[in-house]
Amino acid sequence: MIGSAKVRALLEDVLRRSKADQTEVLLMGQDAALTRFANSAIHQNVFERNAELRVRAVVGKRVGVAATNDLSEAGRQRAAERALAIAERQPENPDFPGLPQPAPIPSVHGYAASTAGATPEQRALSVKTICDLALEQQFNASGALRTDCSEIAVANSLGVFAYDTFTSTSLKTVMMGPDEGSGYAERASVDMEQLDVEALAREAVDKTLRSRGPGALPAGEYPVILEEYAVAELLDYLAYVGFGALSYQEGHGFMAGRLGQRLVSERISIWDDGLDPRGTPMGFDFEGVPKQRVDLIRAGVAAGVVYDTQTAAREGRQSTGHALPAPNSFGPFPMHLFMAPGEASREAMLRSIDRGLWVTRFHYVNVVHPRQAILTGMTRDGTFLIERGELARPVRNLRFTQNALEALASTQAVGDRLLVVGGFGGATVVPALQLGRFTFTGVSSQ
Amino acid sequence: MRDFTNRALDTAQALGAQYADVRVERKEVQSVTVKNGRVEAVSETDEQGFGVRVLVHGAWGFASSARPEAEEIDRIAALAVAIARASALTQREAVDLGAAVKSVGSYRTPVQRDPFAVSLDDKIALLLAADAGMRSVPGIGVAEGSMEAQRIARTFASSEGSYLEQTLVETGAGIEAMAVGENEAQKRSYPNSFGRHQGTAGYEFVEALDLVGNAPRIAEQAVQLLSAEQCPSGLATIILDATQVALQVHESCGHPIELDRVFGAEAAYAGTSFLTLDKLGAFQYGSEHVTIVADATVPRGLGTFGWDDEGVPAQRTVIVRNGRFENYLTSRETAARLGRFSNGTMRADGWNRIPLIRMTNINLEPGPWRFEDLVADTDQGLYLETNKSWSIDDQRLNFQFGTEIAWEITGGKLGKMYRNATYTGITPRFWNACDAVGREWQLWGVVNCGKGQPSQSAHVGHGAAPARFRNVQVGVL
Repeated sequence: MIGSAKVRALLEDVLRRSKADQTEVLLMGQDAALTRFANSAIHQNVFERNAELRVRAVVGKRVGVAATNDLSEAGRQRAAERALAIAERQPENPDFPGLPQPAPIPSVHGYAASTAGATPEQRALSVKTICDLALEQQFNASGALRTDCSEIAVANSLGVFAYDTFTSTSLKTVMMGPDEGSGYAERASVDMEQLDVEALAREAVDKTLRSRGPGALPAGEYPVILEEYAVAELLDYLAYVGFGALSYQEGHGFMAGRLGQRLVSERISIWDDGLDPRGTPMGFDFEGVPKQRVDLIRAGVAAGVVYDTQTAAREGRQSTGHALPAPNSFGPFPMHLFMAPGEASREAMLRSIDRGLWVTRFHYVNVVHPRQAILTGMTRDGTFLIERGELARPVRNLRFTQNALEALASTQAVGDRLLVVGGFGGATVVPALQLGRFTFTGVSSQ
Repeated sequence: MRDFTNRALDTAQALGAQYADVRVERKEVQSVTVKNGRVEAVSETDEQGFGVRVLVHGAWGFASSARPEAEEIDRIAALAVAIARASALTQREAVDLGAAVKSVGSYRTPVQRDPFAVSLDDKIALLLAADAGMRSVPGIGVAEGSMEAQRIARTFASSEGSYLEQTLVETGAGIEAMAVGENEAQKRSYPNSFGRHQGTAGYEFVEALDLVGNAPRIAEQAVQLLSAEQCPSGLATIILDATQVALQVHESCGHPIELDRVFGAEAAYAGTSFLTLDKLGAFQYGSEHVTIVADATVPRGLGTFGWDDEGVPAQRTVIVRNGRFENYLTSRETAARLGRFSNGTMRADGWNRIPLIRMTNINLEPGPWRFEDLVADTDQGLYLETNKSWSIDDQRLNFQFGTEIAWEITGGKLGKMYRNATYTGITPRFWNACDAVGREWQLWGVVNCGKGQPSQSAHVGHGAAPARFRNVQVGVL
């Protein structure tokens, strides 16, 4: 890590060098390590140190961006000059509202020394714990343990300066046993000490034992219990197609024209909150704007979308602090999603289903129809038929093709515990769900 | 540069590495996006760094840094060795790379017109002209165009004596028109979806696309799709356009033939492969009309280069010959496990990533059919164009694709337009149902092929032509 004082000096140096009307400098630095395992042994083990400087130069309403990871004086000068030259050589963008003004940045605690100081040996020993438990059962363990330490800083010529350091760690494992059994477990946290490696391994072992010898089950509509992993996947994709202001304004996201309308069950509330310490907190976005909590779905009703400076200006409002790094044609994005927990235990949800499916996780989800929030994907690593309130038997993986809003509209119960799962860029914090209807359109087979 | 690479290799070996390689890269990217008549984003990115990969007692370690300084070389080489020693804590089998590889030389992408020498004004003007062409059609809500130029200068050196210098240049562009209606949004893209079509070539690649000439056509189709009928469901004969065939090859052939995936290296992420070792040389992957090659030598392909990132020369390998599965994509390590030599497919997404087995140009060889004859020979069916969605299971068997547009085929003629077309199947059954491949073959570029953790995005090529498949489940949406 470069450190706050040096980073501030670097950014202020670039601001001084820039001859643009307005200038923004974003620095994203990281020490990222990842230990990957397969066949119950480490097969890939990597470390990366990088820091990128991204200069956004504004001339009138013309904007140019130049990025470099050459932080030398020559590199900084070149980036400032290139950004200006790009801005000067293009037509004006009447939509551009200017860079954001400074605002107080809330303090968050997104750093843990245990993660920042994790050594290759520590990661390897955690992996060994998982592999040893898998090998006891003659299972095959694979997965990845990531420990990242990053620093993000934003400064602009209007007086914005924001800096913070962050850590994040995630641990995932897939176990495979005889007779096509497989299991999964995942945890994410700011603090590596919070990862209970053995509990995670035992969860995957248990699932692998239970899922041996999956049988065929015809495609069709079933009530389902979605574990937190599956719920997080659905939520991430909903965010991707609908919770940002751009898809709302352009009319192709599922939230467009529906604010204030009931979209899903009143049991469902979804929001984004970069300040909540239960996720991976971050006090500001990539424009240096303080992050705000934004209610997206409140008791089933479409409540809002997230904004950056440009999309906010179109509606005459303030950014909610959800900008991605410039240049960004995707628009603002919620990176810290939460779904409200309910009161149902997993056991109670299971007991209440006469015939249905238990889904551990989804695989390779993709958007079929963004306006209607129709998604497709596969189940994976533990899909079970529920009969008379019990897990009757494992079944082969199924393909779903489902309007995610209609699925959430059929919510019958919401789990009483929250799990932190790695999301698109941050973390997603969700409960398990019991849904009345979920449409499976195919079965995996040779 | 040799001083730099020698220092990294010497340090790693002095600390105990039995094998070491180092890649030093500089990557420049210029991208331009226009949207609704305005310049949405213009950026230039310049990135450099180096990565050291080592084997210590048969275990891998890799470390990388953006700071090309003497002390940092020593620190990173030592860290790579320390990481490899940590990897050995779980070791069950030592890595064997097979016979040593010593390659020396240089390679440069043939370019007629350097894309970085073309003025930004010209690029913006071209995209804005295409944008205007799309927005000239009433009903278009969002018109977007993008262009990208990329240049990578890469030096590779290994402790076995390889020393390679390569400069790879890519250029690409594309346009999209979206019509938005009540509870419906429809998009058409040209020449391909995923934002753009790209190749290892100069600006001549973009000039040949005729973005402006095609802009009104795709915009009109996007608007027409809003009121088109929903694609019917059922079993049907389908003809896929070449771009959709390219993605079908990508997902259902390109990925399952990666031998590291077969050995389980991706099990926790994208999954494994149904093409297990027992099927090698003994499995009817497709019909007799299906021949698929991996060819890193074909001009303008995104998977075209001089040597891979282990120093193995680019080559052409038959993967499926007349339907019979014959070969995997291999690395030195995985090929050695089969008693073979690598066929040169290890590629890294930058200085800060390890090489993985990646598709080069995975091409479906052309057949004898002209497209018009293929349609004329089809009594009832559907013609599906341009990918819109994709998903495939963790063994690469059960897939589902959606396309931007579909057309009814009746009595050997293209008929009415359908929207929201999807089709689904099981990989070997689908390819065995292929009864005709067209002759209008083209190399397509896919710029968003994901694999590995930390994630890597590869640029890969697919030669493809329109092809026909029988008894396919369509329209599950």
